[in-house]
Amino acid sequence: MSDAHVSKFRQKLVTEDRTYKQITADVLDTLEAPPTKAWLIGFSISAFFLTIGVMVMIYQVSTGIGVWGLNKTVGWSWDITNFVFWVGIGHAGTLISAILLIFRQRWRTGINRAAEAMTIFAVACAGIFPLIHAGRPWLLYWVFPYPNTRGALWVNFNSPLLWDVFAISTYLTVSVVFWYMGLLPDLASVRDRTKSKMRKMIYGIACFGWNGSTRTWHHFEVLSLVLAGLATPLVLSVHTIVSMDFATSIVPGWHTTIFPPYFVAGAVFSGFAMVCTLMIITRKVMNWENYITVNHIDAMCKVITLTGSMVGLAYGTEFFMAWYSGNPYEQYAFINRAFGPYWWAYWTMISCNVITPQFFWFKKLRRNMTFVFIVSIFVNIGMWFERFVIITTSLHRDFLPSSWVMYSPTWVEIWTFIGTFGLFFTLFFLFIRFLPGIAVAEVKSVYRYARDNK
Amino acid sequence: MKKDFVIATFECDEKLLHTTEKVISKNIDIYDIYTPFPVHGLDEAMGIKRSVLPYVTFAAGLTGLLIAMGFQVWTSAIDWPIIIGGKPFLSIPAFIPITFEITILLGAHTTVAAFLLMNKLYPGKQAVIIDPGQTDDKFIMAIEKDKTNVEDVTALLKENGAIEVRVQNIDLNP
Repeated sequence: MSDAHVSKFRQKLVTEDRTYKQITADVLDTLEAPPTKAWLIGFSISAFFLTIGVMVMIYQVSTGIGVWGLNKTVGWSWDITNFVFWVGIGHAGTLISAILLIFRQRWRTGINRAAEAMTIFAVACAGIFPLIHAGRPWLLYWVFPYPNTRGALWVNFNSPLLWDVFAISTYLTVSVVFWYMGLLPDLASVRDRTKSKMRKMIYGIACFGWNGSTRTWHHFEVLSLVLAGLATPLVLSVHTIVSMDFATSIVPGWHTTIFPPYFVAGAVFSGFAMVCTLMIITRKVMNWENYITVNHIDAMCKVITLTGSMVGLAYGTEFFMAWYSGNPYEQYAFINRAFGPYWWAYWTMISCNVITPQFFWFKKLRRNMTFVFIVSIFVNIGMWFERFVIITTSLHRDFLPSSWVMYSPTWVEIWTFIGTFGLFFTLFFLFIRFLPGIAVAEVKSVYRYARDNK
Repeated sequence: MKKDFVIATFECDEKLLHTTEKVISKNIDIYDIYTPFPVHGLDEAMGIKRSVLPYVTFAAGLTGLLIAMGFQVWTSAIDWPIIIGGKPFLSIPAFIPITFEITILLGAHTTVAAFLLMNKLYPGKQAVIIDPGQTDDKFIMAIEKDKTNVEDVTALLKENGAIEVRVQNIDLNP
């Protein structure tokens, strides 16, 4: 544990010199102070859109999903696009909390808490779409294999849609416990420093009686590693299975073996973009620029360029394979994607996902927060369009030309999607208001990284 | 049960670690050390045995794997075989994704439950806090008074950077 060998090349993870007490205060004081104006405005706007979203959801569930723009040919479109979009966003949180933990990337400590929270909220948003699409959401428990009065008729275990049910439920619950276990030490810190009796009680219950015993810490660190080890293959499996919703079908444009890695790369790509969007705002609004540093954003931009290039490669491979397969239907599906009636969606996808991340080869641009913010928005738009292009263009011109149609969303679908943004940001605003938005204990444990002062 | 403990407070994790090594080398039993964050090497210095949690994970994961695979085989091929898309009843590759998910599901949740049980953590538990700073910036070492000579150990702790050493009657394991 000697500090004699601090390398000059290592960069400090917390940029300014702080004491442990100051670190606690920097993060947890916001929980004690009255809400700021910025928070109140942001929260109100999000809650407003959430309210509209809830009303629209009530309307479509009570009327029936005929109010959507779907038709006989295009049975999946905005709903599944949004589902895949939100699930994909969640993947970055798990990547940061689990995969970077296994790779001993210590910079993850600054952003892992918020990124994991984002995962949970994004998966919650994702779940809404299949729930409504099921038509009768109160019967959704039918997707689980339970002893029933229909002679114990079991669910179809050959169906990728059922795999998805298991994958998403596992992913959501495991992410929640992983996140919550990490919160315990920080909730205890809130309990021990707050002056309010009410807060002391609530955080006292919530932190499970944590007292920082070294014996507990020892188990805690093993637990984190075990959960990270489980969450890493889990997160890869989730988007693999999401991609199998498409890849195991025989629809041209979907029926490809490239889908699992292509979807996982896309998920990480979109997720990191969303983390950048959120963190650039959060660090500014919460005054956490010493903890969520420019180096963090820089590192995430590199991941965006890597995964963005993988996605670009996948687009190219798809086109090549369509030609190389010699299958005219496959070839038509791809020509139709790029030059058919939805050409604008395809080229939006290409320009947002393939071109914009290439700017991050330049260090100057990776460290320019305004620029990163704009690019991260473009990536989010691009990744939404990717799913729209894959789903809608493959379906709208199907096997019989007589059933070829166009699809466009109704106001119900549009507002449901906006409503999920309301839900996502409402939850995120509540999170940074009432829970420690940075993993305080973890930041303290890496604070002395690249520092030799006592 | 309440007991007398020698309580030493430190402000620096580095000093705490060195002191722990010294105390252990003098064959004094440390009851526990309370720290705001995991101090690397401290568990080893205290001689804490390696956690058994990974074994729990393995056992739970294996159970999940067997249950999931067994259940899918039983429902699809034995209890009520139905021809779906002309696929064989016993289509093992199609059962892999759910088998995998249940393995993870059971492995993760059982490990968390075991962690909570082993450390007696549950919602609403009244935490034993010696110093409110122990979840902020203080490092607290507790040594059972009966098992040591108070003067000697106080001197040793003070010498090695403890900012305060006192004897306190407290129930650390309610």
